[in-house]
Amino acid sequence: MEQTITLQVQRYIPEQYPEPYFQSYEVPLRKKWVILDALNYIKDEIDGTLTYRWSCRMGVCGSCGMMVNDRPALTCATFLEEYAPGPVRITPLDYFGIIRDLVVNTDDFMGKLKRAQPWLITDEAKPLSEGAYKQTPQEKAEYEQYSMCINCMLCYSACPVVGLEPDFVGPAAIALAQRYNYDSRDEGEDQRNEELTGEGGIYSCTLVGECSEVCPKAVDPAGAIQRYKATGAVEWWQSVLMPWKGKS
Amino acid sequence: MAAKKHNDPFWWTLFGAGGTLSAFLLPVHVALIGIAIPLGWLEAPGYESLRSLVEHPITRIYLFVLISLSLFHWAHRFRYTLYDGLMLKHLESYIMVFCYGGALAGTIITAILVITF
Repeated sequence: MEQTITLQVQRYIPEQYPEPYFQSYEVPLRKKWVILDALNYIKDEIDGTLTYRWSCRMGVCGSCGMMVNDRPALTCATFLEEYAPGPVRITPLDYFGIIRDLVVNTDDFMGKLKRAQPWLITDEAKPLSEGAYKQTPQEKAEYEQYSMCINCMLCYSACPVVGLEPDFVGPAAIALAQRYNYDSRDEGEDQRNEELTGEGGIYSCTLVGECSEVCPKAVDPAGAIQRYKATGAVEWWQSVLMPWKGKS
Repeated sequence: MAAKKHNDPFWWTLFGAGGTLSAFLLPVHVALIGIAIPLGWLEAPGYESLRSLVEHPITRIYLFVLISLSLFHWAHRFRYTLYDGLMLKHLESYIMVFCYGGALAGTIITAILVITF
């Protein structure tokens, strides 16, 4: 007989039950199955009402993030076998509102992402006739690590400050701000500093470091935030000690 | 929406400087005065020579910087420990006065001591 493992899945169906509850499912414990395969098995074979997000199954789209035994993980990149003999607890990402079952509300995160202005900002757009914005491989290497972020939001669920301070802009957004701050083609650093060195910005971070621990793309948001704190401090001292210098 | 000018970078600078200094230097002090000399690995410096070392202006400045920045490192760390650990963010202004005020008081006492010693 095939070996099985129990998945304790948090359900939330607001129109039927006001509170979330747990439902257990027994699924085959197959080698090479990831948690997402087990959820798909439940959806296809046991209970079609189970709701969750997923898309690429290969750690690129960032939509299948959930808490697996209370730790944020991409369910497509987490092997079921590691949790044998089980049971495994699957809950929605911490610190997010739940829409249904394992689907969380990302509106707040989207707003925070916007605060970080993660796009190329230039003082003046170059006319098309002048050609492309060029960049050397060295210049690209400056920010490449931070550009690997897939917006999976695992770092938000890992960060206790996100849980305690709803205004904290959070790890991924700050790492993405740095992705553009370190881009040789970008001129938006002042704008981002304005937004990120104030209330709920980089200095709310207490360097717990869990964001970098759970990041599936080795972005190291904690490192990005620390570097930003140092930049912000230099800027602050400059504005106090050399006010005539103005903004660079 | 322009965020209001914050003093956090200031406190963070003192915190960072204090953390770096104390992490590198305090273990040396502990190793020398707390372990090596009591265990007899190193010969104990006599009272007179230690006193003349501390009286040297550079030692006075060194001690002042080390003690003061370490205190500010504590203040910032403890502020956030109270916020997040004990969930006391609503007492923010009292906590800031207590932590940074404490570090400032310690700094003043240290200044008086290193000047008058």
